[in-house]
Amino acid sequence: MRATRRGRGVRAGVALSALALASLSCAHASAPVHLRFWAMGREGEVVTDLVRDFERENPGIKVEVQQIPWSAAHEKLLTAYVGRSMPDVFQLGNTWISEFAALRALAPLGRNLAASAVLHASSYFPGIWATNQIDGVLYGIPWYVDTRVLFYRRDLLARAGVRVMPATWDAWRAAMVAVCRDQGPGHYAIFLPTNEWPQPMILGMQAGARMLVDDDTRADFESPEFRRAFHFYIGLFRDGLAPPVSNNQIANMYQEFARGGFAMVITGPWNIGEFRRRLPLELAGAWGTAPLPGPAGPGLSMAGGSSLAVLRETRHPAEAWKLVEYLSRPEQQVRFYHLSGDLPARVEAWRDTSFTHDPLTLAFGDQLQRTAPWPKVPEWEEISIRLQDQVERAVRGATTPDSALAALDRDVDRMLEKRRWLRARGRLAAETAGAR
Amino acid sequence: MRGSGERQDGAAWVLVSPALLLIGVFFVLPVIAGFLLSLTDFDIYAIGDPRVMRVVGLGNYHQILTDGDFWIAFRNTMVYVVLGVPLSVAASLGAALLVNAQRLRAKGLFRVVFFTPVVTTLVAVAIVWRYLYHPKFGLLNWGLSHLGLPTADWLGDPHWAMPAILLLSVWKNFGYNMLIFVAGLQSVPQELYEAADLDGAGAWQRFRHITLPGLRPAMLFVTVMTVLGNFQLFAEPYVMTQGGPLRSTVSLVMLMYEQGFRWWRMGRAAAIAFVLFALMLGATLLQIRTQRERST
Repeated sequence: MRATRRGRGVRAGVALSALALASLSCAHASAPVHLRFWAMGREGEVVTDLVRDFERENPGIKVEVQQIPWSAAHEKLLTAYVGRSMPDVFQLGNTWISEFAALRALAPLGRNLAASAVLHASSYFPGIWATNQIDGVLYGIPWYVDTRVLFYRRDLLARAGVRVMPATWDAWRAAMVAVCRDQGPGHYAIFLPTNEWPQPMILGMQAGARMLVDDDTRADFESPEFRRAFHFYIGLFRDGLAPPVSNNQIANMYQEFARGGFAMVITGPWNIGEFRRRLPLELAGAWGTAPLPGPAGPGLSMAGGSSLAVLRETRHPAEAWKLVEYLSRPEQQVRFYHLSGDLPARVEAWRDTSFTHDPLTLAFGDQLQRTAPWPKVPEWEEISIRLQDQVERAVRGATTPDSALAALDRDVDRMLEKRRWLRARGRLAAETAGAR
Repeated sequence: MRGSGERQDGAAWVLVSPALLLIGVFFVLPVIAGFLLSLTDFDIYAIGDPRVMRVVGLGNYHQILTDGDFWIAFRNTMVYVVLGVPLSVAASLGAALLVNAQRLRAKGLFRVVFFTPVVTTLVAVAIVWRYLYHPKFGLLNWGLSHLGLPTADWLGDPHWAMPAILLLSVWKNFGYNMLIFVAGLQSVPQELYEAADLDGAGAWQRFRHITLPGLRPAMLFVTVMTVLGNFQLFAEPYVMTQGGPLRSTVSLVMLMYEQGFRWWRMGRAAAIAFVLFALMLGATLLQIRTQRERST
């Protein structure tokens, strides 16, 4: 490639004089390294700004950013892996790491980290960092963190006599009942979309449910802990505190929130920016964020977020790592937060005044001290959809909560049959060990 | 004599061999590979390490047929076929009769208008229809409430989601079959109508005894193709509802897609493909047979 370009350049140079010779030497000197970088959804949109500055800093590297919609990200990455068209650097939801490590798609990053002047393990939230390590091998660098907290209408709760956000389930429920009584028919206390699984799963984790047991080879949704959380969750719909509708059915969540159609919603950090942009100005001081209540005192939330991973077979490992380092710098993390609303994974970035002076993100900072990952199995995508289906069935009264959980255990056990087979042959551990 | 026949045979083989080769490489081989795949449990673990792939014989077929999810998808698909095919054929035949009517002016314009949905991108159409179906601000509910009729949450109610998708896809696709019917109508000899007129046949009698029999080949083609198309329902629910609410719009192809490309159970997905193939083959044979019986 390079040789033919030079050959053509020489011929052109001989024929066409010094001008062409100048362009020849230019093309010859740079021949930039092309990195392919995949990022999802909003991140893929805004990261191009950061990448442009990275290119300015490293004239020898050109980064081609491709934006992948979140809804298709998982299957797109898998198909790319099978089709051998993976990008050099990519964003990876941190619960997918074990799966892609098992596929031997990810480059181990421990050596890069040890040699790095910019990155240290100590500058990350320990819970989040742990999700990037499989059997002690580091496969990703946390890019941003994601957890869920409560967004609430301070004014509506105050009108109903709730001055302090409750910390226990009982007090939380009592607050919801008070809001509903105060607001009257057509209004609800909380919006829990029936087509989302994180909310019921978080309540389950709060109650101490493990969901999968025996090396994640058996379902345990019928445990007393999960059952307790599930009954609490379904009860919110049954008692008219939450509307039995999905995300697709509600016209515009922000308008509904502004109208007072519901006073609380459990959602993630990206919505701080969205709420600021979309809610009417007069509501500016009327809403806030709070850590999640738990069964008895402040509760857990999920340890989510995305990491940056490098392809094991990349032809430019040094350049790829440079990009990962650049995006992990504290100042870039703060900048990325301002562009996307994604919370930085690096603790240093949290010392920036954008966080210390912002009560809305403080709740997230608080919640991030209490997070736990959900089971890291390749089947989780499918399991979570089943969980969502059974919640929806129970909410709509198509089944009772207990038989929904029994059906869930039965279905999930079937999905995990292969894991039991692998475990019986000692291949389950080999699966991760082989990825080293 | 015999020698020249053999030579002719040889020439024929040479002539058809490129076509046979293409069919073999791009059709027969993949189908065989797909069938073999359906006898294994090829999944995400097997992609990482092919040694953990197991040959499960007919296990996938057994799993599918005992899985509640398959039967939900089967029922949804059958509803879509059984309701959708007559509706779709009737709509296209009606439209064909309209645009072919002798008194109609600007025939070309109407044909273009009716054909436009067929060539419009489904995603764009789906976005517009989602507005039409919107429970609060949708045109459909607005019209219904003005007529004093009850409204529905079209895409959010498990009972209405499939009919809503059906309506959209009939609207989207009837133009194609309309063109085939128009071509069929134009091949019916005009003299037959004139003769019927002389005999004093009314409009219905002419339609019943001249138009319909004249359209029989077109009708067979259209129904077979529509049945086959409807069995492969995928894009409409994928874009509009992602299979919800309560999986009321999951079709067999969508289930296959989920198994294969979301959960990465390629063996299971391949088995669904063959079950679907058997269903479609059965339905087509049945149709051809009933048509033949009717014509004899």
